[in-house]
Amino acid sequence: MSNLVNIQGLYFNRSGRTIFSDIDLNISRGKITAIMGPSGCGKTTLLRLIGGQLKPKRGSIYVDGQLINRLPRTRLYEIRRKMGVLFQSGALFTNINVFENIAFPLREHTELADFMIRDIVLMKLQSVGLRGAKNLMPNQLSGGMARRVALARAIALDPELIMYDEPFTGLDPIARGVIVKLVSDLNQALGITTILVSHDVKEALSIADYIYVIASGKIIGQGAPEKLREDKNPEVQQFLRGLPDGVVPFHYPAIDYTQDLLS
Amino acid sequence: MSERIIVIWVGLFMLFGILALLTLAFKVSGLSSAIGNDGYNLTAAFDNVGGLKVRSPVSLAGVHIGEVSAIKLDNVQFKAIVTLKIDPKYQQLPIDTSASILTQGLLGANYINLTPGFAHTVLKNGGIVQDTHPALILEDLIGQLIFSLKSPGGKK
Amino acid sequence: MLILDKLRLLGQVGLELLMSLGRSGLFLTQLLIRKPQFKRSFPLLIEQLYFIGVLSLVIIALSGLFIGMVVGLQGYNTLNGFGASEQLGQLVALSVVRELGPVVTALLFAGRAGSALTAEVGLMKSTEQLASMEMMGVDPLWRVIAPRFWGGFIAMPLLMVIFSAVAIWGGYLVGVVWLGVDGGTFWSAMQATVNFNDVVNGIIKSIVFGGVVTWIAVFQGYDTVPTAQGIGLATTRTVVYSSLAVLGLDFILTAVMMGGW
Repeated sequence: MSNLVNIQGLYFNRSGRTIFSDIDLNISRGKITAIMGPSGCGKTTLLRLIGGQLKPKRGSIYVDGQLINRLPRTRLYEIRRKMGVLFQSGALFTNINVFENIAFPLREHTELADFMIRDIVLMKLQSVGLRGAKNLMPNQLSGGMARRVALARAIALDPELIMYDEPFTGLDPIARGVIVKLVSDLNQALGITTILVSHDVKEALSIADYIYVIASGKIIGQGAPEKLREDKNPEVQQFLRGLPDGVVPFHYPAIDYTQDLLS
Repeated sequence: MSERIIVIWVGLFMLFGILALLTLAFKVSGLSSAIGNDGYNLTAAFDNVGGLKVRSPVSLAGVHIGEVSAIKLDNVQFKAIVTLKIDPKYQQLPIDTSASILTQGLLGANYINLTPGFAHTVLKNGGIVQDTHPALILEDLIGQLIFSLKSPGGKK
Repeated sequence: MLILDKLRLLGQVGLELLMSLGRSGLFLTQLLIRKPQFKRSFPLLIEQLYFIGVLSLVIIALSGLFIGMVVGLQGYNTLNGFGASEQLGQLVALSVVRELGPVVTALLFAGRAGSALTAEVGLMKSTEQLASMEMMGVDPLWRVIAPRFWGGFIAMPLLMVIFSAVAIWGGYLVGVVWLGVDGGTFWSAMQATVNFNDVVNGIIKSIVFGGVVTWIAVFQGYDTVPTAQGIGLATTRTVVYSSLAVLGLDFILTAVMMGGW
């Protein structure tokens, strides 16, 4: 099967608001797929739906042939071992150091001996360039470093699928460059299917193989980066170029200006 | 924090807990006799034990020397047979010692007060205290009082 | 119209509380039906017993001492007026073992350990640590919540027993050593009146309190709105709800234990 993740007819609401209505999405194996869109369009929610943390109102989500939204709990937990997720905040466990954070999934899911775990942790740290930081506590790390450690933890069990939730947001240019490189290298070297959720257009377009643009609960554009740049949809263009006014208006809906001033 | 230190502390915690529980069990609620099993027993028969309970204190000259270990009814003489367990430290109780049931303070619990006699022989384990005074029953007192008030000129 | 608005608000608040109660019930059931994997979860339990139990020892023991001393002092003054100061032992013991021990320990526990648990779990939730654990295929209810719940459940009776023993000793200190009540009478009058049944009842109370307080603490952390402000509110709620629950349950349990209901 060439699609690792296959979503059909997805509907999802939260607190009365429709987040997704009738979404069809495919994530190709071994490729980097970016999911982009304005803030609040539900990109993070989509990752949680794929990971089975949320259940859709309607529709089906298949991961590696398994219907995620119907799986019993134990099976769901098993399949999550094949997924790695990098949360926006890194979400490192604050009471243990860097080494222990990365060792965590290994200790929980494998019966490997301590010395083997040590080797794997060091290898993962080396691949993100932080082997020297292995004894630091999370509160001693900078934002960029924390995210890299979280990335090392996400790949500790060599997952088939890795999902990045806004990995570039809030980092300085150097740190950002590091993450871009890591995302791309991991995909190339390990063949991990990558889902990249972001609204950083430049970075995402530079490494993605395929892009979905979501707004107002629907997919408004999709395709390879070059093709998407030519997309005629004005909403897609406004998003990609970062135009302040367009389909998404500059002004928040309000009554007439003169009326407001004079009343 | 090293794992060993944590385990040691938790162990200590549980130890304190168990010690406290034992204290509460034995010293506070008197689960087993505080005197231990090497006290010696005396018996005394009373017409009325009032509110005397098992574990009630036994004192001599105001000093706590033992406790009540059993209270039974004698079906023949219809008296209460009280078994006193005396601390082995006090072996010199004369055989004409008398026992009375008094109240601690005005409203307090009953206890047995021993008044020593003058004989030379002493009570041993299993000995019987012959001279006993029953507990003061408040209702009887009130009855007597009312009776004497009712007939002031009467039975002089 | 204002009254209708107020009523609607009341209804909303009531509904919120009801939903919260429902969520907490579901939470507790899910927590309890987890299959325990003893080899893995035992060290986690020990760790929590340390944080919840051992670190509360100082406050519990000190409070026990002070309360015992106060009861001894107040008790002596009151009883002396009746000439019944020999009863001090049983006064102190009964008050402590039946009521003060379980209740005060539970309230202190809610304030110290309960709020700490809520804050810790709430923080883990708001920094997405619980979500990331879930995504790594490790069930946070089993790994994070359950050890804390059972730790609190076990620690509370232990703390209560220690509190009671220290408090009674505090009463002894004040009554016998300082105020001159006869030591022998102190203990023997106590032993005559206090049954082991009273001690057992006290332990039962503190087991119930332990379960309820830890459940509230852990649930509030788990359920909190994942912001700094949310955590603050959740911690307050833990202390308030726990205290009310303890006092309410104390009455119910006492009524049941004293018989006749």
